[in-house]
Amino acid sequence: MRLTKSRLALIKQLAADIDSAAQRIGRPVRVMEVCGTHAHAVGRFGLRQLLPESVELISGPGCPVCVTTAGQIALGIELACRGVTVATFGDMLPVPAGDSSLAAARASGAPIQVVYSPQQALELAEQTGREVAFLAVGFETTAPAVAAVVAQAAERRVRSFSVLPLHKLIPPALRALVADAEVAVDGFLCPGHVSVIIGSNAYRPLAEELGMPCVVTGFEPEDILLGVKMVLGQVAERRAEVENAYPRAVRPEGNPTARALMERTFSTVSAEWRGLGTIPDSGLALRREFQWLDAASRYELEARELPEPPGCRCGDVLRGVLRPAQCPLFATACTPARPVGPCMVSSEGACAAAYKYERSPMPGGSGGIGRVQRGGEPSHDQ
Amino acid sequence: MTSDVITLAHGGGGKLMAELLAEHVTGPLAVAEPGEDAALAGDDVLFTTDSFVVKPLFFPGGDIGELAIYGTVNDLAMRGGRPVAVTVGFIVEEGLPLETLGRVVSSMAGAAARCGVRIVGGDFKVVEAGRGDGLYVNTAGIARPLASPDRLPAVGRAKPGDAVLINGPVGEHGVAVLAARERLGFAAQVVSDCAPLHELAAALLEGLGPALHCLHDPTRGGLAAALNEVAQASGVQITVDEAALPFNEAVLAACELLGFDPLQVANEGKMVAVVDGEAAEAALEIMRANPHGADSAVIGEVRMSETPQVCLTTQLGTKRIVDMPSGELLPRIC
Repeated sequence: MRLTKSRLALIKQLAADIDSAAQRIGRPVRVMEVCGTHAHAVGRFGLRQLLPESVELISGPGCPVCVTTAGQIALGIELACRGVTVATFGDMLPVPAGDSSLAAARASGAPIQVVYSPQQALELAEQTGREVAFLAVGFETTAPAVAAVVAQAAERRVRSFSVLPLHKLIPPALRALVADAEVAVDGFLCPGHVSVIIGSNAYRPLAEELGMPCVVTGFEPEDILLGVKMVLGQVAERRAEVENAYPRAVRPEGNPTARALMERTFSTVSAEWRGLGTIPDSGLALRREFQWLDAASRYELEARELPEPPGCRCGDVLRGVLRPAQCPLFATACTPARPVGPCMVSSEGACAAAYKYERSPMPGGSGGIGRVQRGGEPSHDQ
Repeated sequence: MTSDVITLAHGGGGKLMAELLAEHVTGPLAVAEPGEDAALAGDDVLFTTDSFVVKPLFFPGGDIGELAIYGTVNDLAMRGGRPVAVTVGFIVEEGLPLETLGRVVSSMAGAAARCGVRIVGGDFKVVEAGRGDGLYVNTAGIARPLASPDRLPAVGRAKPGDAVLINGPVGEHGVAVLAARERLGFAAQVVSDCAPLHELAAALLEGLGPALHCLHDPTRGGLAAALNEVAQASGVQITVDEAALPFNEAVLAACELLGFDPLQVANEGKMVAVVDGEAAEAALEIMRANPHGADSAVIGEVRMSETPQVCLTTQLGTKRIVDMPSGELLPRIC
């Protein structure tokens, strides 16, 4: 991607606006970027270096791989060990689950296949005749595609196909975070992709009932800076509203077709999140008429709890109470090549983004990444 | 994860593979120049070997036959050699149509002719159905060094003040093969960059002489791995200017969708050249004059550093690390 001069000028203007808003506020402001794709973009573009010291961007729970519990992954491993082909998105593979992982199970011969869409998993079942279970991990972004595949499998009575529904919903998790006294956040950058489906209205209770500024935010550098600027504007004026900084993709009502499809296919249930515990109405289960496609009931899988890896603080990172670099395992015992916890695994994980783009020592100083000099042209030599 | 078996992540060309090789393979075998694309066997022979397991066998822009010849030719060229002869070894899975083998072999013959190398020998093994992906190929090759040993380009020779160049946009091969294998419609127009680089390398060596310090092809692990290998071997920092990187928009779009870092995606017709800073313009001119270097660019510079690393100045003027890939490139969920 080549940033045009006008985009670069806009980015510079937004950074200056953020600066003056921060000065107006006159105290530290903590903005949570909810989505893992945000965390990744913030690192990739070095956006923290464009923010004043008083504005802290912290990563939230919006990494689907990260919030899947070890016990839930273990169900997938168990299925594969019983000979059912487990179709999964790639970044689930290296996540440790107890003393194993999907990647380790695959290396010892368990049938685990990386797919790029739920559709491919259904095709795999239909074309090979093998029993295939799709590990349905993800947020509202992926749920409609899974719903569509469930509908097709039901219509064609594909008995060799099943789905292990591990989907999670974002608004209930944000509500849980706001209720958590330990989590001190001044506003949310709400996830752009999820919001395309659920719409910006979905965050209104958070703003109107709980007083939390919410800004739906896209993924380009200027989108993210605009989101930060709008949160700061609300904080400065003591407002708490839902604002949309990503109107080119997100409508207030979201995507009604996708929502209707989800509604027809799933009912909401309480779900267990890594780090956040059990949150009411935050998970999706298949509705009664699709129950026969549920891998957990078809193969009589028992829900299980696995202890978190010793020393792993992913839970605290996902709640935004610990920065990745503050975890004692970060970049020592836990690296992308040998991850201890899921936040270091997924490209959406906060620890992976911090390790990949921002870990110290950075050039020009030993204390981690430096800030770009304020005012005037960005300068790299601190 | 259990660490007592090999996983696919060990084959990704990243950190896991480097550690595995050092501890379990090149270390115990006492390999003299484990980080080089080709090794000196005596003063007047460069030697290398490479195996090819690409799936599918035919992809937009190339096939396993061409790849097997160019891969070995390029490894020899990166050390400043004029490739002379190669051997080819086939491991064929029972059931492979003869027509397929024929197409691969004829493609190899054409590639060898274009590179001016003779295929002087080979090997042919058949394994049971289910024990291979149709066809694996190994090639080994020798080359005549085009300079004395102390003047040949090597990954450990980058010096502070050097300029870093590349001969075109990165990530095309990896995306083209993935798109063909997984039938990813959105990336179907991406064509592999699979190409022989021996003439480009020879022209640089001839034109720059001792001002040419390193040549390295960013294959598995992509540009990120290649630059990190140079930084590690030379004990320097490499700073890349994002605005100067040549990019293929279709590759960028596909990587964006899949969650891949284009700097970590494989190439088969690209090379990184590290040259004396004074010679940067001359190098650029030589590279752009070659058919495989029309989009060449100076993308960065080498600096002194206590910590060998690669960093990138983004188009926003911010800085970030360009990390060595860790293992397998895995597509993300959303």
